[in-house]
Parts: sequence; C-alpha cells; structure tokens
Amino acid sequence: MTAALRFDPIRLPPECEQLRKEVRAFLAEEIAAGTFDPHKPQREDSDNPEFSKRVGERGWLGMTWPKKYGGHERSFLERYVVTEEMRVANAPVRRFFVADRQSGPVLLKYAPEHIKMDILPRICRGEVCFSIGMSEPNSGSDLFAAKTKATKTDGGWLINGSKIWTTSAHMADYMIAIFRTSAPTKENRRHGLTQFLVNMKKPGITVNPIAQITGQYEFNEVVFTDHFVPDDHMLGEIDSAWKQATSELAYERSGPERFLETYYVLTELVRAVGPKPDTRSAEGIGRLVAQLHTMRRMSVSVAGMLQAGKEPVVEASIVKDIGTIWEQQLPHRVRELAAFVDDNASNHATLDEMLGFAIKTAPKLTIQGGTTEVLRGIIARGLGLR
Amino acid sequence: MTDADNIVAETAERIFADLADAQTINHDKNGSWKAPLWQALTDAGLPLSWVPEECDGSGTSMAEGFSVLSVAGRAGVAVPLAETMLAGWLLAQAQIKSPEGMMTVAPASPRDRLTLNADGTITGRARGVPFATDAKHIAVVASGTGGASIALVDASACRIEAGLGLADDPSDTVHFDAVKPVTLQSAPSGFDQNALLLMGALVRSQQIAGALETMLSIGVNYSGERVAFEKKISKFQAVQHNLAKLAGETSAALAAASSAADAFSGGAPLDDALFLEAAAAKIRCSEAAEKGAAIAHQVLGAIGFTQEHILHRYTLRALAWRDDFGSESYWAVELGKLVAARGADELWPLVASR
Repeated sequence: MTAALRFDPIRLPPECEQLRKEVRAFLAEEIAAGTFDPHKPQREDSDNPEFSKRVGERGWLGMTWPKKYGGHERSFLERYVVTEEMRVANAPVRRFFVADRQSGPVLLKYAPEHIKMDILPRICRGEVCFSIGMSEPNSGSDLFAAKTKATKTDGGWLINGSKIWTTSAHMADYMIAIFRTSAPTKENRRHGLTQFLVNMKKPGITVNPIAQITGQYEFNEVVFTDHFVPDDHMLGEIDSAWKQATSELAYERSGPERFLETYYVLTELVRAVGPKPDTRSAEGIGRLVAQLHTMRRMSVSVAGMLQAGKEPVVEASIVKDIGTIWEQQLPHRVRELAAFVDDNASNHATLDEMLGFAIKTAPKLTIQGGTTEVLRGIIARGLGLR
Repeated sequence: MTDADNIVAETAERIFADLADAQTINHDKNGSWKAPLWQALTDAGLPLSWVPEECDGSGTSMAEGFSVLSVAGRAGVAVPLAETMLAGWLLAQAQIKSPEGMMTVAPASPRDRLTLNADGTITGRARGVPFATDAKHIAVVASGTGGASIALVDASACRIEAGLGLADDPSDTVHFDAVKPVTLQSAPSGFDQNALLLMGALVRSQQIAGALETMLSIGVNYSGERVAFEKKISKFQAVQHNLAKLAGETSAALAAASSAADAFSGGAPLDDALFLEAAAAKIRCSEAAEKGAAIAHQVLGAIGFTQEHILHRYTLRALAWRDDFGSESYWAVELGKLVAARGADELWPLVASR
C-alpha cells in the first residue's frame, strides 16, 4: 500500500458560526456603503487602504498570531471562515491578503524580535502591504535558478538584479524575496539562496507595472540597483531559503482562495436559470455544486489537519491541483450551461460581463503560487514515484 | 474515526486479507471462496453492523459501519455485505428484527416504485437490485395510501430475473406480484424511498472511494516494477502526472464520502445540508470512478485489461456502483433543482453551512 491519503471529516467549530455572521454583516455594510461591488470582480485588484484598516479593526488580520504582536490567537479554522467569506463576496483583499496569509507567518518564524514587534502589529492593523519576490526573468517554476544577487557589504547586503510577475509590488510596503548569496553546490542545486525582508520604500528599487490580459495591473517587474538591505533583515539561515520556502507551502496551497476565485459565475448562473431549471441546467448546476462542496470539504480538512499540528503537504498540493483546475474550468462550464438561458433574465448582462472576466482570469489560476506541473511533481514524490 | 482506532474496521480488514485474497479469488472459477468468507463476516457480526442489539444485530455505530464499507470497497469483494448492512439498517428504521443470511434492498433505482396494496401485499418491479439472486430476504420500502412502509420480504416469494452488472455481480430485476411480506411496519415519519436511496448512495460512495484507493495503490506499485524504454515507468513524468491525477480523484472521493458518512453518523435530521452531503458524495465519487479507472488502466496497459489481472475487480466494480441507488446524473438533477429552488443567494450559505 502506498502512503495513505488522509482527508479527515473536519467540521468548523461552533465559534465559527458567530464569526461568519459577523463577517457577513460587516461585508454587507461595506457593500451598502459603496466600498466595493460584489458583482464587479474585475475591481478586486483595486487598492483600498481604508477597507484594510477596517478589517484590521475587526480583528480579522493576524488572527492566528500571538497577541503580543497584535494577533488574536484564534484558530486556523476561524481564519478560514473569514477568508472564504471575503473571497465569495469579491471583497478588495489585495492589500492585506499576502501579508496575512504568508508574509506574517514567515516573519513570525524567522525575523528578529524588534522587526516582529515593528511590522506584525501593523499588518494586523491592515496598514501594510506585502509582495513576494520569487520569479525572475529566467526563473519561474524553477525557483532555485534565481540569480538576483545579495552581495555582502558593511552592515548588510547590496541587492542587484530583478524580480518579475511580482503581484502588488506597485503598492507594497515590503517584499519577502529570495536572493542569491552563494553559488549552488554540486550536491545541492537548491543551495545558495537566502530569504530577505525588503523595504520597498528605500532607494535602489524601480517598479514597472505589467498589464495582464484581463486588463488589470497586478504584476510588476521590480529592478534592484545597489539596493541596501540591513543584516537584521535576513530571514532564517543563510543559503537555506529552500528549506524555509518549501515547509510553509501547505498553508499557502490549500486555502479557499484556491477554488473560489471564479465562484461568482456559478451564483449568477443560478440566478439566471431561475427557480425551475430544465434538466440540462439542473444537472450541470448539481454537478458543479457537488464538485464545489467536495473541494471545500478537502480544503477544510487540510485546514483542520494543520490546526492539529499535522503536515499534510501532499494533501495540500492535491487541493491546489484540483481546486485551481476546477475554478479554471468553471467559467467555461457556466458558459455552456448559460447558452440557453433566457436573454431576458434580469442579470443576463451581469452574467455575460462576469463570464468575460472569469474566462480571461482562468489561465493564471493554474500558474500562480505553484503550477499544476510543479504540484503534480510534489504529489508524485509523495506517492513515492520520484 | 480513523481505521487505526476502529476495531470493527480492523476485523473486516483481517477477514478480507485472510479469506478474500484478490489473486486467489480471481483464479477461483467456481466461487468456492464465497461461503467461508461470508461465514467469517457473519461470525464477526459485520453484515448486521447497523442493526441495534434489540433487533438482533451487532449495534455498531454508524461511523464504524461506514468504515467497514470503505474496507470492503478497498477489497473489491463480491459478497452482499454492503447490501445486507443496508437492509438491516432499513429494517431497524421500523424496529423490524433482521433475520440471518444475505439480504438486499428494493427499490434500488429512483425510477422504480413499490406499492403497498390495501390487503398488505406488495406489488411492483424493482430493477438493478444488487445480489437479489443470492439474498434470502429483501428489505423493502413500499408506498400505500397511508404513506411509506418498511417490509421484510422472503426473496423466494418474488419472481427474480437474474442479471449481471458491469463487474459480473448480480444486478437483478425483482418482480413483486402481490407478495405478502414476512413483516410489515409503517416507516417513521419523514422516511420514504428517497431516504433509502440516499443511504444507498452513501454506501456506494464509501465503496467507490475504497476501490479508488486500491486502484491508486495498484497503479503506483506497478509503475515501480514495470520497465520500459530502459527505466521504470514511474520515472516518466507523463506517468507521474497521471498517477498524481489519480491521487487527486481518490482524494476527492475519500473526502466527499467520509464527510457525508460523518454527517450521517451524527444523526441529524435530513435537511438541505445533509442532502447536499449525500448527493455530492455520490456525484463526485462516481465522477472520480470514471476518471480514476481510466488512469489506472492506462498505467497498467494491456495486462490490466486481462481477466487474469486483478485490476478489473476494482475498476469495473467502481464503475458499476455508479449506477446503484441513483446515478450521478440523477442526483445532480435533484441537487440542481434544490439549489435553483433555494435561489442564487442561498447557494453559498448552503455550501458553507458546516
């Protein structure tokens, strides 16, 4: 028997239900106040610093972190509820999402105390935006081919080179990036990269926006020219970023954002077909809802296993693999099912507009945060094939 | 509930390992393995897992019973263990004691209805009834003017047209021609044929997920042994990615089936959220069966297409189980209607209800 796959039937604890109500009420207020329009997912990239601060005031950033850093010491399952409600509402989470999911936990683990005390409370208040500096012009999925160099100098490091496809770099206060501090060794080609905290507001950094096929500008090219990073901004062990980068992936890969990115088209399809669907629409919707339910159960299961201190690395990769393919195919399935919907349906224009955006968004979903090919490699390793 | 802390599932595993070795069964043309296996399962009280002690059963928890089904699915075994468990469960809903021996249930398809006549006899036709030819008794849901009733029927009182499913397991048409049941009781309030079909769907979901686990295991092991183009085929990226997809489908089936089993084990009333769990499990497990079986066969190549190899024991059964107690298409239509009737803005609250 191969290593058994585990998807324990985890249920959200009762305290999550109250929290869910609070989040829904908050989002309804924000929508009513005109902060964002849930029917305009294409505006999800817009920057909204005031919304971020209000989310922070509610205590929904850094939810699982220690109180002394401004966190709230709540569970991953509670954070899960907040994340999924925000995603389903198409709330403008861009400014805080990366910091809350990924960057904060990295700082918690590897940053010196004074930096944690400085930055983490600001993340919790929704005041700072993070980006992640991984890909370079000649290294994407092959992360360990990165060449942007950190050269030792007095009291710190000088950074030269460039990162690319860096989401939110144009609005980010900080970046957590990997830079080359030594050459790879014969034994370990992953050796020689080090993780650093970069203050994006300091000199020596040029950010050039890159337009995407959706018409949005989330991507950037980030060019470093003798940018100085102080010694205490090195995160973790020198030359060992590969150990750090791979251990945190379960958190990043299994969340609700990995299958809900195009969810809005399903809601609008249900609205368009009305209360009495024909057999074809009913079957199509039934299958999509069954698949969605299953994805969510898998994702909640991984969250529960993480909360229990387990390391479901393979299971998390599976969630991202089939979750992102699902959300990628969803707009195309909805398009097929909507083909015979009455043109007079009151939301017909909205559905068409959403489909146009979702279909344009779809290709990126299986690329960002670990491509399908990389994920399948990880799963294959977990199965003992490599 | 995990298998490791579940002594009932461990017992089932041990019995299947001892008496239902896949290679041995596959070469046994006269089915001589069946009687000793059934005897051992009966001695361990497994067929009546879901029957409370006061109805002459083992009184095992719902959760433990579901884990037995997942073990049975992994073993891909052609004895009516799941069917007898389901029949015992159905009879227990009306406090009817379970008899000894193999049982099955009817109807097994949403297209069929059995009628309870005014004189207490049952009339109708039930198609695709698994193992009816092997069963001594059939547990039945029949509808009359006073609502649904549950009955224990002697199989010999019915006219049974033998049929075979995809995996050559009995899948029979049972004719009830004014059959007088052994025992007849009113179903509890709210219980009807749909409740039986949902439970049947859940049972099949567990078995399909179990069969997929074995397909994955067979595929992974074979790819590590078979050499082609001078290396193990497990070293080819195309094969690795196919097996990773099979692992994904297996995971989806496991997650959907175990979530639904857990939800039903809680004894909650059958509301929309519970309906979603069961219907989604059958839909997603059936979809996984199709995709998973195709990959397992692709990895094994020609050898997996032979009678001699054991792979078909799992692939064909998983594919056959899709049809029992409502296919994925049937449940998808039902679920789609429910979602549409609730309305667009009630979809997410339904999905996020637990």
